[in-house]
Amino acid sequence: MTHAVALPTPVSIPVRQILPYALFAGIISLLALYFVGAEQGALAIFDGTYVHELVHDARHLLGFPCH
Amino acid sequence: MPLTDTEAAPATLTVRSLLVWGLLAGLVGGLLAFGFASAFGEPSVDKAIAIEESAGAEHTHGTDPAEHHHDETAPAEEEEVSRAFQSTGGLGIGAVAYGLGLGGLFSLAFAFAYGRIGPLTPRTTALTLAGLGYVSVVLVPFLAYPANPPAVGKPETIGDRTALFFGMIGISLVLVIAAVILAKRLTPRIGGWWATVSTAIGYLVAVTVVAKLLPSFQEVPEGFPGNVLWDFRVASLGTSAVLWAGIGLVFAALLHRGLTKLQPQAV
Repeated sequence: MTHAVALPTPVSIPVRQILPYALFAGIISLLALYFVGAEQGALAIFDGTYVHELVHDARHLLGFPCH
Repeated sequence: MPLTDTEAAPATLTVRSLLVWGLLAGLVGGLLAFGFASAFGEPSVDKAIAIEESAGAEHTHGTDPAEHHHDETAPAEEEEVSRAFQSTGGLGIGAVAYGLGLGGLFSLAFAFAYGRIGPLTPRTTALTLAGLGYVSVVLVPFLAYPANPPAVGKPETIGDRTALFFGMIGISLVLVIAAVILAKRLTPRIGGWWATVSTAIGYLVAVTVVAKLLPSFQEVPEGFPGNVLWDFRVASLGTSAVLWAGIGLVFAALLHRGLTKLQPQAV
């Protein structure tokens, strides 16, 4: 590497390395989005309205249909 | 850091560190979005709920059977979570949980995009990704299915509205990824400028056609004040803008710090 560049040139990460992370972290992340965005609204994993009420304002303000 | 091999390209990042930076960025972005939503979103939510409750009291003259459902799903007095907590702690928990989830997904998207989407510096890649994400995941779906405050939207269409909203996000996301891939393929033939401009226009035309073909909902109750609706929707776009900008900027900063730390080993 030369001294002229402030940072080294980007080297892409092989897709094979990303996939396991993408699966596990991706599913957990999507679950978080789902619970804030839709749980106990149009869809429900748990009965009741607790999750819906808890994240009610965030759901509205993040643009999700709430009720 | 596993990057002790000086022969290897020093800018090789691990997905693990990207994920950590993404979650940190999501935490900060979520907190910032919480602050923005508290200050600029809650006033219109409060006004809308006051309208919803006074409208509910007047609905005795309504003949629409759907009103009964509405009374069941939104009992004004039987709340499991108090309004006071919904608008403070609940909003904070929701915003931070959403921020963490989005930050995680953002870092995974970055892992795929890094070094693959043209001659951009790492930090510019992060900000470009945040910008593309905001436009495709927030702005375009919002323009098709705008955010609604309490009291707007009929309970009996919640299933359709949710499915179409998520569908619109999915379609928009697929189209923007297709546009980025296409732009990369076109660049050697027509140059980076025209590749970017033409695929951007292509994306916009495609999402406009899709949005026009999908059903729309006009469910703002008669007499609902337009300024409350406008304030709420601007606050909603703003909340997401703060969230995405926070994630993009904090991620870019952490990424730069991480890459700068790697640099001395390579020299």
